[in-house]
Amino acid sequence: MTQTAKPSVRHPRIKQNKLGLTRRDYEGTQSTLCAGCGHDSITAAIVQAFFELDVPPHRVAKLSGIGCSSKTPTYFLSEAHGFNSLHGRMPSIATGANAANGDLAYIGVSGDGDSLSIGLGGFCHAVRRNVNMLYMLENNGVYGLTKGQFSASADVGSTAKRGEENQMRPIDPASMALTLGASFVARSFSGDKKQLVPLIKAALSHQGFALLDVISPCVTFNDHEGSTKSYAHTREHGHQIVETDFVPLLHEIQAQQDEGAATAVTMHDGSVVRFRSVDEDYDPTDRGAAYAHLKALQARGEVATGLLFIEPTSMDLHAFENTVDQPLVDVPFEKLCPGSGVLAELQSSWR
Amino acid sequence: MDRDSRDRTDDFVVVNDFVMKVATVNGTGSASANGMLMQAIFRMGVPVSGKNVFPSNIQGLPTWYEIRANKHGHVARSPNVDVILAMNPKTYEQDIAEIRPGGAVLYDSSWPLDEELLRADVLFLGIPLSHMCVENFKGARERILMKNIAYVGAVCALLSIDLGVIDGILEEKFSTKQHLMDSNNVAIRLGYDYAMEHFDGLLPVRLEAMDANRNSVLMTGNMAAALGCVYAGATVGAWYPITPATSLMDSFRGLCAKLRKDPETGKNLYCVIQSEDELAAIGMVLGAGWMGARAFTPTSGAGLSLMNEFLGMAYYAEIPAVIFDVQRAGPSTGMPTRTQQGDFFTVAFASHGDTKHVLLFPGDPRECFYFAVEAFDLAERFQTPVFVVSDLDIGMNDWVCEKLEWDDDYVPDRGKVLSAEDLQEMDTFYRYLDADGDGIPARTLPGVDPKGAYFTRGSGHDRFGRYTEDGDLYQDVVDRIARKIEGAAEALPAPEVRLVDKATVGLVTVGGCRAAVLEALGLLTEEGIALDFLRVTGFPFSDAVEEFLLSHDMNIVIEQNRDGQFKRLLLLETAVPKSKLDSVLDYQGAPLSADVVVRGVRDRLGLVPVAVG
Repeated sequence: MTQTAKPSVRHPRIKQNKLGLTRRDYEGTQSTLCAGCGHDSITAAIVQAFFELDVPPHRVAKLSGIGCSSKTPTYFLSEAHGFNSLHGRMPSIATGANAANGDLAYIGVSGDGDSLSIGLGGFCHAVRRNVNMLYMLENNGVYGLTKGQFSASADVGSTAKRGEENQMRPIDPASMALTLGASFVARSFSGDKKQLVPLIKAALSHQGFALLDVISPCVTFNDHEGSTKSYAHTREHGHQIVETDFVPLLHEIQAQQDEGAATAVTMHDGSVVRFRSVDEDYDPTDRGAAYAHLKALQARGEVATGLLFIEPTSMDLHAFENTVDQPLVDVPFEKLCPGSGVLAELQSSWR
Repeated sequence: MDRDSRDRTDDFVVVNDFVMKVATVNGTGSASANGMLMQAIFRMGVPVSGKNVFPSNIQGLPTWYEIRANKHGHVARSPNVDVILAMNPKTYEQDIAEIRPGGAVLYDSSWPLDEELLRADVLFLGIPLSHMCVENFKGARERILMKNIAYVGAVCALLSIDLGVIDGILEEKFSTKQHLMDSNNVAIRLGYDYAMEHFDGLLPVRLEAMDANRNSVLMTGNMAAALGCVYAGATVGAWYPITPATSLMDSFRGLCAKLRKDPETGKNLYCVIQSEDELAAIGMVLGAGWMGARAFTPTSGAGLSLMNEFLGMAYYAEIPAVIFDVQRAGPSTGMPTRTQQGDFFTVAFASHGDTKHVLLFPGDPRECFYFAVEAFDLAERFQTPVFVVSDLDIGMNDWVCEKLEWDDDYVPDRGKVLSAEDLQEMDTFYRYLDADGDGIPARTLPGVDPKGAYFTRGSGHDRFGRYTEDGDLYQDVVDRIARKIEGAAEALPAPEVRLVDKATVGLVTVGGCRAAVLEALGLLTEEGIALDFLRVTGFPFSDAVEEFLLSHDMNIVIEQNRDGQFKRLLLLETAVPKSKLDSVLDYQGAPLSADVVVRGVRDRLGLVPVAVG
């Protein structure tokens, strides 16, 4: 457990965002995860991303399932409502909450056990409904809280801490999401904040379901030699195929000279995601090609990272359901209840 | 009931008091023909019920429709069949065996009837329905469909149903489809004319117009419950299709398509999500309820089993939700198209750990409407899941009900929800603090104010909403929740109580058993047996329920399950001693009949059985 008490004093020249808030205002309570846990780095990136996006913390809903990763929503945005739900059931809570109020920003934090085993069905259907949310899958290939069992994302040949070797093929959330029709698929590494922060921002700006699969090593149970989800292995085999830069709405686009052939995609809210393919000819708007490339890299033992796929305009849950623009929670009762006259009229045909 | 006790206009014919059973094959279009017959009797002003006994199948299996007309208003199911329309040769044998002596069989005489099926005490009326339809209609599908309409015509002739009423129904149904209207008219006349010519006046029963239904409508409990959801202001519904709850959400969608469109944009003022399973359906409801929407899910036993884990969370994290449990015969898949009341334990204590839930038990479709509205108020007021527990018979069959009324001054009870202004006046907001001493804490909604933020969790928490594994702090919260739920007892709809002089025995029942038990009560009273009546409408039980039970030497609990679940619940949750409770149980999947109740009660009271029917 990381045991550093946070000082409550604020440095007078500490950086503020447009709302006058500091990074500290986007933090939560002290993490109780193991020191060095990848999840804590992701939490820090989430804090950074929300801070830089100037989002009022209370306009965010943060949700999770059960597991180490699902503990983390208490560690960021203490002024946002949080919902630590059941094992594997975060997508359903997020879907219902979003149906009731689509005006908030939604971040769901889950893990590989939560999303790929007990909650696989819910995960797939949240993709299918294109629920407008950032789905953060903190992927470490192992069950931490129950002390080291393989998860469904464990690679063939990877070994457990006590030497046991996994023989079964992994479920890869990124390629699965691609086949399910996900409108935003990205992968990153908890140790690469430079890559992670822009991806979180792009995912939050995306109108629809944005999967961010982040390899996040478990220092206690899966950071040994033989693990394919360790810091060392991910650093060595991580392969960024697309560099991504996020330009929020209303920010001046300051083109950097070294961008080369950057492609810009305008998001639903007007912000811009710019990306530059590292791998030649990689096109993250071509689903089939993205899948093929991902699989080719996987076959070579490499972990493709970056913005793997984006479809900037797609129908989300509210478009499918044709709901009013106003959040349903804000619709006054008078507009919902048809009244006695209608009831009488309706019943006149029930004879 | 007893055949000889019925009023007769002359030596043979009983008026407005009969049971007619239609035996058909499902998927042949007979449902709409049968519904038309029932509707016609309703429009003639005669109290009537229609019970659909159908298979879990799309096409080709036996299905029955039981119509009971009764001038006294007794419209519970009755097994005493006067007339059977035997349209399914595969079930001839059992159908013909069921008819009471002196009754009649109407069958399709296009093919001869096996002589072994004939009974001397029953009248056989053969109409060559298939032949007539082959001669008059083209194409296999139309011939099959019109055969149903032709038997409707024949029944009109035999029972003296006003053809004008049938014409009116057809006109409403097919006003925009002239060719269908024409075919239906032809088919009606085919059956009608044949029956008039050959069998006029032969049936032992017939109809006469009454005026009992002036202030009534026909509705199913699922439609009424859906309407209740609309009127209560529910905006989010999530569900997984399951018989017999499916038509509740279908009805909600249908009603919303008419009543819940934004007049300016044409967009929906509601959101219905067909989920991937019941685990997700209840999760979506809780997500929406947490966000501040009125949200609900309709389900049945199997779905309820899947929802258990979330129901415990909703109880413990105190999230409002409304669950409609339209019960069917269990356990497991059981008999999905048959009715039962087998979920009392499941709903009362759903989920692991210490839980107890608020339940409402509507006795008919009319109460489904009012209890649905009540359920949303209770769920938000007590911040807990509330179950509206009906059954297949209430949910899916058409019942004659007094018209629904709506009070336009109704204001939803949103419970203790703090606004941004409320929060500004507070030093600090703590989610689970019992500030008012009633066990009900205040809640906040996401997105309203940073001061209202808290972390909803199913894990151990203290009164401030913080994670805890401290025994005292944990107990403090769960004890308060227990107090809160007990406090709901007196806020639930009052039980229905009927007292007579000097009764020492009470008949106690719940839900859809009401109609049959009241009919039985009347019959037993006629025999001179003094009985009081209690119908429980909510759980936790109010003091009135306990007082009723304690004030009788014996309480006979009538319910539709094998294990006497409701009786056991009364034993667990009131001070009544076991010696004061007995059961009459019925659990074969059909709606309860007064016969079963009369027989059972007489038996419990040690009275000599009498021949019934």
